Amino acid sequence: MSVSFDKKDGNVVVVIGTGPGGGVLASELAQKGVKVVALEAGGRHGPEDFVNDEWASFGQISWLDSRSTSGSWRVAKDFSGLPAWIVKGVGGSSQHWAGASLRFQEHEWKTQTVYGNVTGASLLDWPIDAKTMDPYYTKAEEKLRVTRTGGRKGLPGNNNYKVFEAGAKKLGYKDVHTGRMAINSKDYDDFVACQQTGFCFQGCKWGAKWSAGYNEIPVGEATGNLEVRINSQALKIEHDASGKVTGVIYADADGKQHVQKARIVCVAGNSIESPRLLLNSASSMFPDGLANSSGQVGRNYMRHMTGSVYATFDKPVKMWRGTTMAGIIQDEARHDPSRGFVGGYELETLSLGIPFMAAFLDPGAWGREFTSALDQYENMAGMWIVGEDMPQETNRVSLNYDVKDQFGLPTPNVHFDDHPNDIAMRNHAYKQGAAVYDAVGAVRTFPTPPYPSTHNLGTNRMSDKARDGVVNKWGQTHDIKNLFVSDGSQFTTGAAENPTLTIVALAIRQAERIASEMSKGNI
Amino acid sequence: MSYVKSLTRRDLLKTSVAAGSLLVIGGGFVAASNAAWALEVTHLKSSTMATLIQMARDIYPHDNIADEFYAAAVKGYDTAESKGPVEEGIAALNAAATGRGHASYLATGWERDRVDILRSMESSPFFQQIRGGLITGLYNQKAVWPVFGYEGESFSKGGYIDRGFNDIKWV
Repeated sequence: MSVSFDKKDGNVVVVIGTGPGGGVLASELAQKGVKVVALEAGGRHGPEDFVNDEWASFGQISWLDSRSTSGSWRVAKDFSGLPAWIVKGVGGSSQHWAGASLRFQEHEWKTQTVYGNVTGASLLDWPIDAKTMDPYYTKAEEKLRVTRTGGRKGLPGNNNYKVFEAGAKKLGYKDVHTGRMAINSKDYDDFVACQQTGFCFQGCKWGAKWSAGYNEIPVGEATGNLEVRINSQALKIEHDASGKVTGVIYADADGKQHVQKARIVCVAGNSIESPRLLLNSASSMFPDGLANSSGQVGRNYMRHMTGSVYATFDKPVKMWRGTTMAGIIQDEARHDPSRGFVGGYELETLSLGIPFMAAFLDPGAWGREFTSALDQYENMAGMWIVGEDMPQETNRVSLNYDVKDQFGLPTPNVHFDDHPNDIAMRNHAYKQGAAVYDAVGAVRTFPTPPYPSTHNLGTNRMSDKARDGVVNKWGQTHDIKNLFVSDGSQFTTGAAENPTLTIVALAIRQAERIASEMSKGNI
Repeated sequence: MSYVKSLTRRDLLKTSVAAGSLLVIGGGFVAASNAAWALEVTHLKSSTMATLIQMARDIYPHDNIADEFYAAAVKGYDTAESKGPVEEGIAALNAAATGRGHASYLATGWERDRVDILRSMESSPFFQQIRGGLITGLYNQKAVWPVFGYEGESFSKGGYIDRGFNDIKWV
């Protein structure tokens, strides 16, 4: 933690963001002997100051800077200033993620080939595949100690899972279990097993859930090769006359601006801030923003097809007790166009406390139809739907010049319209989710609309050809060889699975590549 | 909540007029008719605060939650800054009530009739402000969580690993 690099040191790699992408990359590079300065927009929080309180935690760790929304998605109506529910701080959104750690299915790397032409969708095959990623997935699963992989046992099922599992089995679903979770199913040397506390989204106070913030960053810092500069928000990436990037302008906690020189810059600010930074870095040489010769920066924003199903019963469930998301039905994750849509979805247990349930069950609703549901809170079970959404060029993060942030820079606008395939899939999932609960005697079921996006993907997509995307198969920008993208914005398509494991696997792979290219003198 | 001290039921009945609901409106305060609690009102008219409390209950009616908690959820509007828009909003609410033949919103006896009045102004910024504010104002009061069975913070108790995370028997 003590290392400090000179701002004029142009030999360091600057990583922007310390979440599951940037945090893992920074730590991995440091462990390979590469000098890294990680710029983190937020502060440092951890198990010692996380709080078991939904709104207090939201205020403590969320990214709350001004953002706007447009498009026909319901989030734009319900939460117009909050398109995404993500974290600002060391560890990024791995602080509040649920821990679900699933590999892509093989076909999900090649959706253009497998799904064929889908009107209005900009499907594209990834330039990598399941075989390429297999060893990196294994490394990621080891790093995250993912349950039900590498011989690790699953978590025990809580009450919410028991209802979910019973309904799923009655319905004939086969692939039902307590998930592959980056949550310890036993004690390890440094970290304890899950204590079934709940509040996974508020940061795990036991440190039993993997976070880049307290599992990866300290390992990197201990090498003496990693300096994490907190409260340091990147504003602009600079380049020289040859087009190579040379450093990053950032603002410190007092708003004072600095330049950190860099040999390589890796952008990992999440799929809203990463394209925003590239767009805000426009120059006379790159008038449309950095790495944007394709015009694809900010486009193909994906957020997963999501929704929730809650149900009330005539007996208590107490769904808030225990691990928030340790339960999954995978039978619908397959690609089976006979259901009326391409791609698939996962059903995963989920619970919210009363404060968030009031805000999210049916935003805007009031009166007895709504309150009589909350009155049954103790008897309520819940699940989340997460499925592959269609990439669309018009779904995009762009700059809102009408609203400036605290540094005077244009804020991001997030535009999203559901694709007909997303809507068909969501309706199918609502029906199946309700059927799961009806099978075990639900009194009422509630098809709950999407929350602000937790899975923000795809705004700097990976592509084989430079004209189709922003980065190549290494996450290196097609246009600028010492500029990389290291977060979920690389995603070519979204797949049905929660994205963090894939983001981590890509970061591990990218760290190998960058270290190797540096040692060869190629960058 | 800022309670009026030493108020007896007798005092209440002497000095105030009962509202249509179970609230008692006095000079500078609103109270429960059984004197269980009272809320000082500084900037708003007492009748406005009482109407606001009833409106809050009609928006998010929970029969097991006492008025006291609805009062706590809206007491933050009793400020110099909020006074103008809130008095105006409540006046509009009362105008909608009188337009339907009721003496006032509070004097509208049936919830369904009050809800009809609220529906008629559902899209107004005033209604949306009050409704939106209640989401945290009402449901984030730790004191109401037990009504829903919600147990809140659990880390200090060691989580639920030994306290029933998987204790249901009916499935």
